[in-house]
Parts: sequence; C-alpha cells; structure tokens
Amino acid sequence: MSYVAVKGGAKAIANSEALLQAQRRGEQTVPELSLEQIKQQMALAVDRVISEGSLYDRDLAALAIKQSWGDLVEAAFLLRAYRTTLPRFYYSQPVDTGQMQLQRRISSIFKDLPGGQQLGASFDYIHRLLDFKLAAEDNQFPAPESETDNQPVPRVVDVLGKEGLIQAENPIQQPNNGATQSEENVFDLTRQPQQLPAGRDARLQNLARADEGFLLSLAYSSQRGYGNSHPFAGEIRVGQVEVVICPEELGFEVAIASITLTEVQMVNQFKGSSAIPPQFTRGYGLTFGYNERKAMAMALVDRCLRAEEFGETVQGPAQDEEFVLSHSDNVAAQGFVQHLKLPHYIDFQAELNLVRKLRQEYQQSNQATQSTEVEIKQAENFDSANIENNSVPTPISPPLDHPTTPHHSPTP
Amino acid sequence: MTSLTQNFNFAYLDEQTKRTIRRTLLKAIAIPGHQIPFGSREMPLSYGWGTGGMQVTAAVIGQDDVFKVIDQGADDTTNAVNIRRFFEKVCGVETTESTSAATLIQTRHRIPETPLQEGQIMVYQVPIPEPLRWLEPSEVETRKMHALSEYGPMYVRLYEDITQFGQIATAYDYPVMVNQRYLMRPSPIPRFDNPKLNMSPAIQLFGAGREKRIYAVPPYTEVKSLDFEDYPFQVETWDKACEFCGSTESYLDEVVTDNDGGRLWICSDTDFCRSRGKREE
Ligand SMILES: [Zn+2]
Repeated sequence: MSYVAVKGGAKAIANSEALLQAQRRGEQTVPELSLEQIKQQMALAVDRVISEGSLYDRDLAALAIKQSWGDLVEAAFLLRAYRTTLPRFYYSQPVDTGQMQLQRRISSIFKDLPGGQQLGASFDYIHRLLDFKLAAEDNQFPAPESETDNQPVPRVVDVLGKEGLIQAENPIQQPNNGATQSEENVFDLTRQPQQLPAGRDARLQNLARADEGFLLSLAYSSQRGYGNSHPFAGEIRVGQVEVVICPEELGFEVAIASITLTEVQMVNQFKGSSAIPPQFTRGYGLTFGYNERKAMAMALVDRCLRAEEFGETVQGPAQDEEFVLSHSDNVAAQGFVQHLKLPHYIDFQAELNLVRKLRQEYQQSNQATQSTEVEIKQAENFDSANIENNSVPTPISPPLDHPTTPHHSPTP
Repeated sequence: MTSLTQNFNFAYLDEQTKRTIRRTLLKAIAIPGHQIPFGSREMPLSYGWGTGGMQVTAAVIGQDDVFKVIDQGADDTTNAVNIRRFFEKVCGVETTESTSAATLIQTRHRIPETPLQEGQIMVYQVPIPEPLRWLEPSEVETRKMHALSEYGPMYVRLYEDITQFGQIATAYDYPVMVNQRYLMRPSPIPRFDNPKLNMSPAIQLFGAGREKRIYAVPPYTEVKSLDFEDYPFQVETWDKACEFCGSTESYLDEVVTDNDGGRLWICSDTDFCRSRGKREE
C-alpha cells in the first residue's frame, strides 16, 4: 500500500528543534551575539520585550531575543511563560513618576515650564537617511556633556490640576492603615480572568501588556475619526524611578530596584456634561523601558475607552472596551492565529462529508429543476414560435428542501 | 527544556495555581455546562495549542495516573506527542496509547471509540468555549443570554440551516444542551462523537486557556444535541470501511493516496483501529 500513516512525531519535533538551533546560530565564522550586545545595542527591542512580556528583566529579555532568533513577539511569549512560574513575594508601593530621574521630557502644551523641555536620545529630529558609515564596525560616538541637574521635576499635568482644569484621577482605595498596596486592592490580569466591564486598573494593565502594533493602529484610527479624540501631548517623560516595597514583617519601606519607565499623559478637551463642568480629561500611558510610541498610543486608547465614563457616544473600535481588551494581547493572538497550523483533518473530514452531501442534494434539486424548466421551455416554444433564443442560460436555482418540488424561474 | 524537571513543580504549575484551577473545576462540575472564568496562565506552549486542557490536566494529574493524549483521534500526531512528552517530563507519570488503560485522557477534536468507564477523566482542549459566539460577539451579552436561558437565536440559526440546506449544516462543534439548562460547545469534535457525551460514566472536563474558561460535564449527565422533532439530530455515516481493520462503525479519515484523486479511509482512532486489527488476526 502506498499510504504510510504519519508517524515518528517525536523524532520530527526533535529534528525541527535541532535545525532551528543551527540556523539561528548561523555560520560559525561569524561571532555569536552576546546578551550584553543585545542589551546595549538593541536596547529598544529589549524594552519592547520587557513591556509586552510584562517582566522587568533586561537580561532575560536579551536571552529571549537571542533564543527567539530576533522575533520579538516570540521573545515576549518566552518571557511571559517564564514569568508565570515565578512566586510572588510582595506588591510594591505605587511608583512616583513625579520623582523620576529624567532622561527625556517633552510637553507640547506649554512652550516653557519648570524643568524645561529635554529631548534626550530620540529619533524625532534626525533625518531618516540610511547612515552608511554605521555599516562599518569600530564606530566611536562620544556622548555630549549632560547639563541636567537630576532634580525631580513636577509633572506638567499636575500644573493644570492645581487650577482644577483637568479631571482628577481617583486613586484606587488604599487600605485604611496606609500599609502596603495589597492583592485585594489592585486587579491583576496575570492572576484573575478579565472581567467586563473592566475597572480602569485592569484596563491599564491590559494596555500596558498589549501589542504595540495593535495599540498604534487603534490610536491612529481614533485620530482619523473612528472615535472622538482631540488629544494634546501634555507630557512625555522617560527616566528612572525607584520601586519600593513595604514588607509587613519589617514595617518600613525598602527600595528594591530602579527601573526605566515611559509615562505619557495626553490632555483632551472635554466640553462637560450635566454632571461634570467643562475641563480637560486625561489619557494615560505607562510602559516599562523606553517605549514612547507605545506609551503614546496607550494614552490615546485609554482616553478613548473612557468614552462611557464621560458620557460620550461609543462610535469607533478604539472606544469599544470589549473589542480592545479582548484582542490586545499578542501572546494570545499569535497562538490562536497560528494554531491553524495544527491538524484539523477531523473537522475538515466532517465538513467534507457535509459539503459532499449538500452538493449531492443541490445537484439532484438542480436536475429536477432543469428538467422541469426544459419541459416548460419546450411547451413555451411549442406555443409561441417567435421565441428564437433558446440558449439563454438557465438561472441558477438555490438548493431546495425537497428536490422534487418544481422550481419556476422567471421566463426569459 | 531538559532542566524542566529540576526547576519546575510537579505538573509544571505551582501548587497554588493548581488549587485555584481545582476549585474552578469543582464549581464547573456543580453547574454542568456552565462556563467558569479562571486565572489562566501562560504555558510553555502557545495559547490555542491546548493550554486550557494542559492546565486542567496539570491540576488533576497525580503520580498514579496513566495518561493518554490524542489529537484528531491519534496518539502519534505531533501535537499529541508534544503534550505527552511535556507531561512525561514534568510529571514522570506512566503514559499509554490504550483508551481502556488510561485514567486520564487529554484530547483535541475526538472522543475515543472505545466506551469510557467510571473513574476515567476526559480533558478536552477548547478553542472557543462560547456556543453563542457566532451569533453574538460580545461576552457581556452572551453571559446575559446564558443567565436567562435565552437560546432562541441558536434554534433560529439551526432552523435557517434547514430552510436553506434541508439540514443542519454544522459538521463539528455541534451545540449541545447540558442537564437541560446550559447550552455548551462540545469543543470541535465531529458531531459523530456527540452521542458519546451523553450519560457518559467518565468525568468530562473542558479547558479553554486563551479564553480563560473551564466547564464540565459530570458523569451520567444528560447531554442533548440540539434538534427539532421533525429534523432529529443525526450523525454522519460512511459507505466505506477502514482500510486497516475493516471497521464500519468508527469515524473514518479520508486519506489522499496519489495525485489522481486516489483515496482510502482509515479509522481516526488509532488505538481502536490497532486493537481491532489485532483481534481479527
Ligand atoms: Zn480501523
């Protein structure tokens, strides 16, 4: 017999893995990438992976990027799968971005303001011309002297807040004793299933982990009229903040890490409603690392998702909470889209059987219809000799419940 | 991956996570056919590739279990092999290809032909748990529909099939009513397998990892495929027999043997086919 059942799955899997490892390494004459190289020279890739992988560990992210052959969605997945196995010791205190050690700070709503504007390292005003000099190795690029004094700079939006011009953010209820932010207070998507409608905490966590491309497109759609957004970039700030925990057994705060964050506060006009006076409203974006495009997109989408809160009509996909929150996660999305590679031949066989059966009935009913039509036509021809054209195509009739029922098409 | 057994807990998930999944399972068994949300975790396999089933398996598997994995009815498809070797690695339990020897069976797209027995647990991998999803995309709405037993739209859809095609044109993942209360997706098994769900002596657990839902059918529970009095539920039949064992009552897979459209039919359930083949030798 010519057919041999597909066997040896285990061997095929092992070979596929070995081949991947070999191709990923490439030619032995080319030096292997070090994690330090990835961490430093592909820092923005690392930042995207810690952000979507939802784990602030730049070393592991570099390893994930190396292991994933440069596929950043795959790298985020690797990080997530690792993260989920980690025990949880403490919940940190809320980080204070007002105390951020700034690397970059931009506001598009005030020309000058306390602390000033600080471009930092950015592609923004660089002509996007391929730099062929960079193709050579051994480049030396001395950094310019820094002028910043590293003093904390107040957030721009807080300036508006003092005047009551911008809607206040309501912090999540703190425990009465003022102790640590505990598990019960903050929704955690990594431990609890998404609930709809979602609280803003769950929504922001979802967006912070969301696929950058998805958020970018949604944010873009809201600017083009699918939604109602009139945003200003109130402030974009990038820098380091301290992460502090307050273990119950110690009773005092301990700084455990300094992490880089990108925070974006979008300011949106709001004409007010019966319940709320005219004021500005906010959209908030926060990511691990230097992820400005994502943080900006997140802030736009966050504001869009507040439509209902502000009594606005939900008109665009970016304002539809269930749509956005259910489709934002690229680890889930990549898996489900790609699961179509798995065998589906049982389902396909079932469909095949069904389509064959439907076709059989369709043909039977058509034959019945056609023979009826032929009879009708013959009768017509017999009656009216002036009908010359017998070659008019027979209209296709839909399949019928009862193939024997005669089907009368309109006569041509 | 070789260090998995040293670095990870028995059955991969930590005990606390397994406990929360077991609590969800108990609730699911108490309300047959009702979808219970759970804090699904990322697994080392992609969402959509059986992570729900794997988490359910991880929560219920014990040292003494004998574990079988099938995909498309076969033990040797790559995905079945992959999931089986994962649990071999993280549990070190005994595995089998024999349906009757297994205490725990994880499956994708089939129910074995060999009747299940008391004491056995079936774990189904579920891609989309919501039977009303194609009628109503919003989860908020479908939850309301379940709460109110508002299943009319599903009957209307089936009725429209009958008016248009003369029959119900759903070949797999055919909707069922569990314990006369909850409409349930049986996972994408062919409708040929639906009758096996009814009054089964085994515990049947359904895990949807990406969608973060678990549901269950306890032993000896009524599971009825939706139909109409004048259009009773029917399963597909073949006018062919299995090329290997000659079976005419099992679910057959069509295999294309050459470029000229040559075909033959074989049992999709490899264990069933093999044991029949042996009997007849
Ligand atoms: Zn057979």
